[in-house]
Amino acid sequence: MVNNFLSIYAIWLREFKVYLRERSRIIGSLFTPLLWLFIVGSGIGSSTTLSIDVNYQKFIFPGIISMSIIFTSVFYGAYIIWDRKFDFLKSVMVAPITRETIFIGKTLGGMTNSMIQVFMLLIIGLFIGIEYSLISVLQIIFVSIILSFLLTALGLGLGSRMHSLEGFQMIVTFVVFPLFFLSGALYPLDNLPDWLLFLTIFDPATYAVDALRNSTLGIATYSFEFDLLLLFCSTIITTLFGMLSFRKMRAV
Amino acid sequence: MIIIKNLTKKFDKIMAVDHVSLDIHKGEVFGLLGPNGAGKTTIVHMLATLLKPTSGMAEINGYNIVKDPAKVRKNIGIVFQAPSSDDMLTGFENLKIHSYLYGVPSDLRIDRIKELLKLVGLYERKDDIVKKYSGGMRRRLEIARGLIHKPKVMFLDEPTLGLDPNSRKSMWDYIQKLVKEEKITIILTTHYMEEADTLCDRIGFINKGKIIAIDTPEQLKRMIKNNSDNTTDKYIGDTIKLYFKVPDARDSQLNNSHILTKNIEILKSFKFVKKVEQEKESEIKKLVVLILHVDNINHNLPIILKSVDKVESIEFSQPTLDDVFYTFTQGKIAEEPEGGFMERYAQYDKK
Repeated sequence: MVNNFLSIYAIWLREFKVYLRERSRIIGSLFTPLLWLFIVGSGIGSSTTLSIDVNYQKFIFPGIISMSIIFTSVFYGAYIIWDRKFDFLKSVMVAPITRETIFIGKTLGGMTNSMIQVFMLLIIGLFIGIEYSLISVLQIIFVSIILSFLLTALGLGLGSRMHSLEGFQMIVTFVVFPLFFLSGALYPLDNLPDWLLFLTIFDPATYAVDALRNSTLGIATYSFEFDLLLLFCSTIITTLFGMLSFRKMRAV
Repeated sequence: MIIIKNLTKKFDKIMAVDHVSLDIHKGEVFGLLGPNGAGKTTIVHMLATLLKPTSGMAEINGYNIVKDPAKVRKNIGIVFQAPSSDDMLTGFENLKIHSYLYGVPSDLRIDRIKELLKLVGLYERKDDIVKKYSGGMRRRLEIARGLIHKPKVMFLDEPTLGLDPNSRKSMWDYIQKLVKEEKITIILTTHYMEEADTLCDRIGFINKGKIIAIDTPEQLKRMIKNNSDNTTDKYIGDTIKLYFKVPDARDSQLNNSHILTKNIEILKSFKFVKKVEQEKESEIKKLVVLILHVDNINHNLPIILKSVDKVESIEFSQPTLDDVFYTFTQGKIAEEPEGGFMERYAQYDKK
């Protein structure tokens, strides 16, 4: 058991160190949310009035946090396609540890990457006038942790089933963008046409955006508890999916 | 140490490994040789529990590779064909992470890592990121990594592929040092016959998933047959060419052939000389050439030179594993047609 924790720690440590050393990746991944927040947020915000009394840039801030988590986590997970192509993973897979251990270590690694970005975005939030309380910060961190775990697990599960690098593009097109656009990150859920509302129900990120908006702005469609419940359920599903995929994954 | 019985792996319709049976002893360096796609790497991957065999069994240090993969993994180390160290981490960090994965006790961890880094000559560079290592250094780091848990068996899958001659030579030195100091069993696949000859105690030749010969390099070289010859002992041995100068262009035939006959007689009287023949048409004029097939050239060449008269110059060669490779795979490796109609047709035509 101790050995298992050490192995998980080892894999997490590897991911964390690699992340810290790839400075360009950190800067690059922070730049996209900033573009959305300031360019799209200000641009659309200048000519749109929401039914709720809040400016558009502030309104999408929780959505941009989710977006950042969606992109970072799923990309991170899908990156395993590269890892497998270039043999880094083989040396880990031949160690006397279970596939579940590798999976958990990797998922925690991806989660850490996402969380570092969330912290940076939280600081940027101060500059656009978001007011935090201790409770709201704790809530944001908690929700972000769950969402990043959920999505990293999903990305790893999908990535481990892909055999070619083209699979990465498929994941971006058919997973990352729908997760983002359907989550209500950029619009309120209240006045949506039925078909669109229906689709948002199946996007786990919807509940994260809703919960985050609840904590930061006090605006919400569902209750915070309901959001958490659905996030937990989704996390269990993607984790099981990821573990199963890892167990089936061919080492060579 | 390793027992393999009827190990078989089928990929779709291709028999990658075809009922291979093999025993590898403790402390032995065993080489798997064969053309591309012969199944060497597939065998290694199965033994390392990365691939499930279609049928057959194998045991490493008493543990079954299918039933007890976790125990097998604790007993083996592996260096893959392609680099598999983390290039964003330092050499030291790479080893440290693997020491966690293999459950190396914490009080031994640092000492073990330092000791291994010294063994592969990377101690001075331990805090450099692996990206800055040369190809040879990277391979050496991977060998150290494979040894972190003191495995009983080490797999080296083409350990010198893509290395320049100097790095290859130094890699051999490290591997030999390893055998001496760590006393582990090594299974090595390679394309380089010289490498197999230098490092291996025994060699298994594989072609199309089947083992076609297993023996020591010396014995394998003795297996090369001389097809043009009908003698019972087909082993041709080492070859020596002796060049005799004809004393004078107008020298009498008699004198000339007299010396020659005498020499041939002397040579034939030696037990270790298997065959003496005169090259029919010497390309170099004024020279007579004798071709000898002898046993154990290293020992017997001086004796020959002392006993024969008027030798102008000599030339000699010993059979290498390259020759063995050609003998075993001759005609057999004509690469399989990939499925194109014309290629199949061409193949059919040949038959």
